[in-house]
Amino acid sequence: MIKAKRKPLEEIFDLTKKYSRILCVGCGGCTSVCLAGGQRETLMLKQELSALFKQKEKKADFSVFVTERQCNPEYISDIEDMVKDHDCIISTACGAGVQMLAERYSSKPVFPALNTMFIGLDRSTGLYQERCRSCGDCQLGYTGGICPVTCCSKSLFNGPCGGTNIDGSCELSRDIPCAWNGIYERLKAQNRVENILSIHPPMDWTDKGPGTLIQAGYENRYIKK
Amino acid sequence: MKSGSNLEKVLNAGHFAVTTEFGPPKGTDLSIVKTKAEFLRGKVDAVNVTDCQTAVVRLSSIATSAILVGMGIEPVMQMTCRDRNRIAIQSDIFGASALGIRNMLAISGDHHNFGNQKNARKVYDIDSMQMLVLVKRMRDEKKMLGEETLIQGEVPMFIGAAANPFAPPMEFRALHLRKKIEAGADFIQTQSIYDVDKFREWMKIVCDMGLDRQCSILAGLTPLKSAGMAEYMAGNVPGMQIPDSLLKRMAGVPKEKAAEEGIRIFCEQVEQIREIKGIAGVHIMAVEWEHRIPEITERARLLPRPVL
Repeated sequence: MIKAKRKPLEEIFDLTKKYSRILCVGCGGCTSVCLAGGQRETLMLKQELSALFKQKEKKADFSVFVTERQCNPEYISDIEDMVKDHDCIISTACGAGVQMLAERYSSKPVFPALNTMFIGLDRSTGLYQERCRSCGDCQLGYTGGICPVTCCSKSLFNGPCGGTNIDGSCELSRDIPCAWNGIYERLKAQNRVENILSIHPPMDWTDKGPGTLIQAGYENRYIKK
Repeated sequence: MKSGSNLEKVLNAGHFAVTTEFGPPKGTDLSIVKTKAEFLRGKVDAVNVTDCQTAVVRLSSIATSAILVGMGIEPVMQMTCRDRNRIAIQSDIFGASALGIRNMLAISGDHHNFGNQKNARKVYDIDSMQMLVLVKRMRDEKKMLGEETLIQGEVPMFIGAAANPFAPPMEFRALHLRKKIEAGADFIQTQSIYDVDKFREWMKIVCDMGLDRQCSILAGLTPLKSAGMAEYMAGNVPGMQIPDSLLKRMAGVPKEKAAEEGIRIFCEQVEQIREIKGIAGVHIMAVEWEHRIPEITERARLLPRPVL
């Protein structure tokens, strides 16, 4: 899922200090799962921010509402009445959720409370690791299930580079395993090193602007003939 | 001839080739370039111009290489994948060719976290393997990446690549070298070799695969200047390995004699490496020691250089 991290409180204060009726909108999706933007975290944000407002002698009223998911228009339509009563919105969703709110309630300023970090996996409670850059052309099939785009510091498709340390770590840090060392070792164990013996051609990074995905089976609904 | 470069001629004629490394200044002071380059004139067959090594901004490798061409000293222009996408890479290769640069070395480049622009956005649109394919296509087929129409003019480039024989996954490194040759490498420069015995074993594998007959392999050598430098390189330079025996040898001489000991070790290594089957020459990476190259090459019996 998407992993996010709260911005420094001072930064959120700077974004919102002009306003006096502030609605904090949480998200029950990914940012709730990664303990950055769910019910608990949104309430905490409200408490900390209102304390900071007081400390800086600024008056503001804060409300909190947590939507099921902010990246879906249906889930954010039920806050319409609340939005009317506030002069700005702080979102604890990922960047997509913030934009959904900003688009739906375009007359109100919407501010992000989080920095969206990456698509990652849960190592443990509160510990997440990046594993996908959503490149749009999954390479994992030939790389033994280790992503070269995400896990190689240079995103090499024909790695490794010459910088692998003797302990199998990346030149960037002894704490980062060399992705290509891992790819080789895993493919070898699965007896399919031949996957990486031929040259992988340049990636198709075609950029057509913000991407749109139409899931298979839904083409008739969205593509006009 | 693929490029007509001096390096290509020297290697084709079967001479034991000698190249060295050249770091451009952090600015535009050409007097530094000229002074350093004069030390190298006639002492090596070609001079590798680094491309913002360790990701520190310096005078560009393409501009520095062009200045060397103007001085009559042959450059090998290094080009990293770190800072350019495929548009800039192809455009710069045209530019280099137009400026008379006839050798290039395609490398990934040190990650920008090492340098003085840590907040930069990395590029790595294509990797060094793909860069080799791309420049070979420009030279041999006169086509750009993904285009069938012919380019205007020639790209006579002698194409180099890097290899690190000893970094993990070690078993894959010879296969990776084979990929680079298939991609288009005419010559290879290895990471600095300190363990010559281990390198000899690796070269046996390389020769058994027939790779030494498909490209020219230059063994990378870096003379040690001090015990501190040896320790630092062993601990901090990516992919670098220095045997304990050498670290002890460097530490065992007084500080003022360390550089002399380093050169002595270097000369011994050159002698040993000359005897290894499949080695076409040496690439001397004497960091900020351009002024000592005349002495080093003389003492390692690498002079005179052939004039072809």
